[in-house]
Amino acid sequence: MRMTARSVSITFAGSGGAGVMTAGSMLLDAAGHAGWYAYMTRSSGAQIRGGEAAAMLRLSTAPVQSHDDHYDLLVAIDWQNVGRFSAEVPMTADGLVLGDPDGGEFPEQILAKGTRRADIPFKKIAKEIDGGRPNMIALGAVAALIGLPEEAVLKVVKDSLAKKGPAALAASEASVRAGAAFAASLPPSKRLAAATGGERQRLWSITGNEAAGLGAVRGGVRFVAAYPITPGTEVLEWLAPNLAKLGGALVQAEDELASVNQIIGASYGGTTSLTATSGPGLALMTESIGLAVASETPITIVNVMRGGPSTGIPVKSEQSDLNIALYGLHGDAPHLVVAPNSLADCAFSTQWAVHLADTLQTAAVVLSDQSLGQSRATIAPPADPGLRANRLRPEGELGDERYRRYRNTTSGVSPMAVPGMKGYQYTADGLEHTEVGTPSSQASDHSTQLDKRLRKLTAHDYGKYWADIDGEGEGDIAVITWGSTTGPVQEALERWRAAGKQGRMVSIRLLSPVRPEQLAAALEGVSRVLVVEQSHGAQFHRYLRAHYDLPGSVRAFHRPGPLPIRPDEIFRQLADWS
Amino acid sequence: MDATSTCPSYAARDYKSEVKPVWCPGCGDYSVLGALTKALAELSIPPENVALVSGIGCSSRLPAYTNVFGFHGVHGRALPIATGIKVSRPELTVIASGGDGDGFSIGGNHFMHACRRNVDMTYIVMDNEVYGMTKGQASPTTAPDWEKSKLTPQGTGINPFHPLVIALAAGANFIARGFSGDPNGTAQLITEAIRHPGFSFVQLLSPCVTFRPEQRDWKDAVHPAAVDPTDDPARAARRLMTDDGFNIGVLYRGNRQPFQPALKASVDSVADLEKEFVL
Ligand SMILES: Cc1ncc(C[n+]2csc(CCOP(=O)(O)OP(=O)(O)O)c2C)c(N)n1
Ligand code: SF4
Repeated sequence: MRMTARSVSITFAGSGGAGVMTAGSMLLDAAGHAGWYAYMTRSSGAQIRGGEAAAMLRLSTAPVQSHDDHYDLLVAIDWQNVGRFSAEVPMTADGLVLGDPDGGEFPEQILAKGTRRADIPFKKIAKEIDGGRPNMIALGAVAALIGLPEEAVLKVVKDSLAKKGPAALAASEASVRAGAAFAASLPPSKRLAAATGGERQRLWSITGNEAAGLGAVRGGVRFVAAYPITPGTEVLEWLAPNLAKLGGALVQAEDELASVNQIIGASYGGTTSLTATSGPGLALMTESIGLAVASETPITIVNVMRGGPSTGIPVKSEQSDLNIALYGLHGDAPHLVVAPNSLADCAFSTQWAVHLADTLQTAAVVLSDQSLGQSRATIAPPADPGLRANRLRPEGELGDERYRRYRNTTSGVSPMAVPGMKGYQYTADGLEHTEVGTPSSQASDHSTQLDKRLRKLTAHDYGKYWADIDGEGEGDIAVITWGSTTGPVQEALERWRAAGKQGRMVSIRLLSPVRPEQLAAALEGVSRVLVVEQSHGAQFHRYLRAHYDLPGSVRAFHRPGPLPIRPDEIFRQLADWS
Repeated sequence: MDATSTCPSYAARDYKSEVKPVWCPGCGDYSVLGALTKALAELSIPPENVALVSGIGCSSRLPAYTNVFGFHGVHGRALPIATGIKVSRPELTVIASGGDGDGFSIGGNHFMHACRRNVDMTYIVMDNEVYGMTKGQASPTTAPDWEKSKLTPQGTGINPFHPLVIALAAGANFIARGFSGDPNGTAQLITEAIRHPGFSFVQLLSPCVTFRPEQRDWKDAVHPAAVDPTDDPARAARRLMTDDGFNIGVLYRGNRQPFQPALKASVDSVADLEKEFVL
């Protein structure tokens, strides 16, 4: 049974130290060298270090935005506690589970669906090689099973192990070859077609969190204040050395309250600034995000969502910080909420948010999530759209006039001076203020400034970026979604079309301010709307209901994390409705 | 302007705004404002090169009354805002100011870490041992038996916080205490604090005549510190621990290196960083 497919899904699992993440990353890079696309998420047990781990990959001949419904291949280097991943690694009926007979019992849960199993004696093969490594044997075997050219694997092995010395390199190469040789005796697995010449472009290997960091510096961010929290930390880890190279700085703050206020200070000083966090950190920041809104100081906060409430499920994904991002500030505090809808889009959306925050002199929250942020993929290099932080500055001499920092302009945006500009001294204030910035509790000042701060957001032309629309004008059914559930929705719609049906997708990137006219236009001719999101409380669905007129009948498909929403679940929603 | 010409000279009034303070008549904060503007004139720093940041409280109203770049933030967070300004714009003179509640209660964590981080800025706390703005509750520096607060009618029963000792232990580089009733002495302390590299902490006893009218007597209690400021933290700690709370003057001068990232680019553009992603 030799099957060639568009994509193949693989999990490497094992106890801590077995090297499953290394095997997974190398497979991802090797796929990239072979001209395939790859997407990988990592999952780990409850322990911080050590403990069981799984690297879950999907390799494809076309760009991939999400995981598939099932896995075709599960390779356990050993079985210690790997059963815990059974819910996360649903196997196809004709899938294949490989494990070392010396590495413990094959877990019942994983084999429950009648999946095929085969033994591969990693330990025994490794013993025969001087310095042999079971994870490299697994890598060689998997590559051979799915049809990935051995030279691509050997290139990655060479690139990453050369610095460990010739002996280590030779041992790993021998392990890869031994794994490939053993694979000849294994039952067949799903294979991918060889990439054609045209697809062999130079791909990037990048995580969503790194992409967000890249978007930040592309947008002009040069100051970051940081307090670590999973899964936002890697945005900061990428930024720390790279900001320094660009002449900027990252300061590790004492807490999130300090982080957000430090970036407010730096931005007030004229430096484009950002912080990254996750749910609990965002909660601590809300008061000061309101300060940025009221004082019209541009800042960007990347919130990489995880399962909540409270400390929730910190290592798994969810879209349940939507409410706090939209509504968490006290008072009437219009601000921007932008959501990347793919791993690569973490770069664009963050850059756009930085550009908007600076242009509109307000706070922007970027809502990424764990599954986008901590996944790694090979992607076509995302082009730099050229959007930069570009703040309106006052020009010329003021004469005798007082600088009206909060002048009520038509656009709502008023020129912002920075310290050092002679004659333009003003006090930025979170208290309600007059046009010159003097604290005021008068009704007229309050309403003028509230109107100004709202108007500058609603009147801005966000262009086509407010949403990504797939199948524009197609069919009478539309799926509305946002963020990381966009990938599975897109894939469900592809299957829907493959089944001869029609439908469109609207993935909203600009969550706030709302764009009711644009959505109405995008839904022209639609009589059924399916809303898809990963939250228990249907936060996105309720938000749409509150702010938009949705046509025809509306259904919501929502459930919490941590299990990812898979394309077939969405496909079934569509199919059951017909 | 040629290189030999002197800097323009400024008077205290050049640093004052037209906004009329909302402080109660007799509030100690008036003379802090006077002392600060005097110090800036003495240092002759152009007003546009000064950033004055505060939190929330009566004392935190200070920035609006000055003609420098000001930031009136939220309660307790003046120090992080000041840190962000100074780290990204090291050429500016950065001053944070506020009250004892703002700085030591809600902002206590930032206080400790600002001392430890030692960014080159000056922190002025107008200490009146009470929350003035919210109408007279106990603050971290209030004595345990003060019974006038409606929230703690039997007194707090807990020992007051010793901000100078904490500043020292946390690593502040310059520690001084002044009394707002002594505007010249206060101006002198602020001048020295601004001149001193690293994090300088100035506690200014500043009476709240509305909720602590008895603080008018502070003018009789204060006295100049009898000793020279030391740079030995152990000696300074012993002195501060036995201090009566009314010694005024510079009490400690450290010489730790201030924290300041280089802000020097080593690559030409963002595109140079992107190479790391190429497979
Ligand atoms: C988060 C938050 N909590 C509480 C308050 C209310 N509040 C305003 S000022 C203040 C205390 C001010 O006391 P202090 O810092 O000693 O300054 P003073 O008014 O005595 O100068 C409080 C509790 C607030 N503004 N924000
Ligand atoms: S309440 Fe006290 S601290 Fe506030 S202005 Fe009046 S006297 Fe000053």
